[in-house]
Amino acid sequence: MDPLQFLTTATVTIVAGKGGVGKTTVTAVLARAAIRSGLRVMVVELDDKPALARLLPGIEVLQLSATAALAEYLEVHGFSRVAKRLAKTGVIEVVAAAAPGIDDIVVLGKIKQLEQTGDYDLIVVDGPAAGHAISFLQSPHSLMNTIRSGPVHGQASDVAAMMIDPARCQVVLVTLPETTPVNEAVETAYALEDRVGVHLGPLVVNGVDQGGELPAESAEAGSALRLAAEFRNARRSLHAAECARMANDLALPQVHLPLIAGSQLSADDIEQLAEALLQGSAR
Amino acid sequence: MTTLAEHIGSAQVVVCCGSGGVGKTTVAAALGLQAARMGRRVVVATIDPAKRLADALGVPGGLSNEPAQLKVDGPGELWALMLDTASTFDGLVRANAATPEQAERILANGFYRNVAGSLSGTQEYMAAERLHALHDDKRFDLVIIDTPPTRNALDFLDAPNTLTKFIDHPLFKILMLPTRRGLKVLNFAAQPILRTISKVVGGAALADAIAFFQAFSGMETGFRQRAEAVMTLLHDDVSRFVLVASPRADTIEEALYFADRLQRSNLSVAATVINRCTPTFGELPPSRLNDSASVALYDNLAELKAAAVAERTQASALLADEAVHTTWVPTLPGDVHSLESLGTIRSLLFD
Repeated sequence: MDPLQFLTTATVTIVAGKGGVGKTTVTAVLARAAIRSGLRVMVVELDDKPALARLLPGIEVLQLSATAALAEYLEVHGFSRVAKRLAKTGVIEVVAAAAPGIDDIVVLGKIKQLEQTGDYDLIVVDGPAAGHAISFLQSPHSLMNTIRSGPVHGQASDVAAMMIDPARCQVVLVTLPETTPVNEAVETAYALEDRVGVHLGPLVVNGVDQGGELPAESAEAGSALRLAAEFRNARRSLHAAECARMANDLALPQVHLPLIAGSQLSADDIEQLAEALLQGSAR
Repeated sequence: MTTLAEHIGSAQVVVCCGSGGVGKTTVAAALGLQAARMGRRVVVATIDPAKRLADALGVPGGLSNEPAQLKVDGPGELWALMLDTASTFDGLVRANAATPEQAERILANGFYRNVAGSLSGTQEYMAAERLHALHDDKRFDLVIIDTPPTRNALDFLDAPNTLTKFIDHPLFKILMLPTRRGLKVLNFAAQPILRTISKVVGGAALADAIAFFQAFSGMETGFRQRAEAVMTLLHDDVSRFVLVASPRADTIEEALYFADRLQRSNLSVAATVINRCTPTFGELPPSRLNDSASVALYDNLAELKAAAVAERTQASALLADEAVHTTWVPTLPGDVHSLESLGTIRSLLFD
């Protein structure tokens, strides 16, 4: 698919996936690619542990913490006198437990506010941590059912309207080309379509070992060269097989990001992956 | 230095911790397989709602909250279960309620149904609670627990504070006041703070919360004693903590965070497993020949070698403590999702 179309389909792109699949990497790559294409980009990080600033030097990253956002929301809605004390004592946690998803809706509400300013062509959100993606994205619907009126209800229905509009919002699922992550991506994709009704963008498969088959047989049996080549061939064919299996189970376009050697990605690696994405060679 | 095998042979409780995506569940299952081979009656418990343990053990129908026995070689027994936080909490409520009516009142409460699964720390604490119950279960002599893939996985070490947090909660105290004064339960309009909360979350949700706290009163003591018993078990020498990481900067950082977290609770890491390492295959040939096939093979070996060296450097901070036994487990050519491939991981860990 045309990479620019991928980046401009919706204003808000929420990147989701299980822990360890490279969600943050993909967020950084999308942001970098969009900036290189001349788009006005906002990067939003939900995790408490900031990681994007290192991957995107010179780019402003907005940290949205659910607890802080909820505290602010309560302050605006009549808690002003006690809000500070509340945050400390954890009444906020009880408010959040009494109305599950209220913290999520407040965060999504802030994202919607950014979208409404019209200042950005792309708002890319590094989605919530492992396992939480579905309940996070489902929060507007759950809350509209539990809270029938008032400011939270209004907020939830505004956010829900944004989320089901493919021109305003899409979810990009990230996975790895291995059995369990692929199974989890397929399950999550169906759950999101069924329960949230959000538009799914292309699946991003991270860390795909893309080279062709190495001529292992040309080295002596049992030699280091032969064993290394056989290992590499096995990994590559596993990756190809898992991508094919996912294509069979999920009718979504796939974007493959190449495997980059090394134990920690750098800002340069992100540049390189963004370039690959824009060149279409990431496909 | 005590080896991983010696720990598995002598411990009664093994807690596996590490961040998501490092293969923690697979390692926990492989430790269980080894224990069964050594003649132990072991149960492996996971909190991950994803079917990872079932996948790793090759159990097609998935696992339930009750232990299921698996067919394995060796003199011991291997059992597995997937922890259901909500039903563990239900059991705890039933055990600590003064009357069955009190238990039912709590279990039917809407606020409780939300809290049971969602209040931060509940899931982690229930893991510790279940661990204690399994430790007391005469069917098993070793319990291996796979903690959830989050930074908060060891928050149960703050118990008894974690579980009783909402009992000691300021809101709880505010909420309990009306009844002590003999006011009606729903008459929270008198309390400005409650009025404000009800404006935000809705009156019905707040009424549920109040009813929950009222129904819960009197059960605190039992909960606290239970939490203290769990802590005593975790601090006993029969419990060991195993860190699982992969040789990537982020997962190593998480492993160091867990090590520090343990230390703050006066606990220590018994062994470290560094999973999914680039395998080593031997030395490069003395020269790189010119034909394209030889060049491709030479470059591939050189690339894998360089990756393996970089991984060792990356993990060095984790290896600083020489008293901790470390095992490196290479990436397999294929995926682990059967007892057979799990056996391969077991043999890489122990043979």
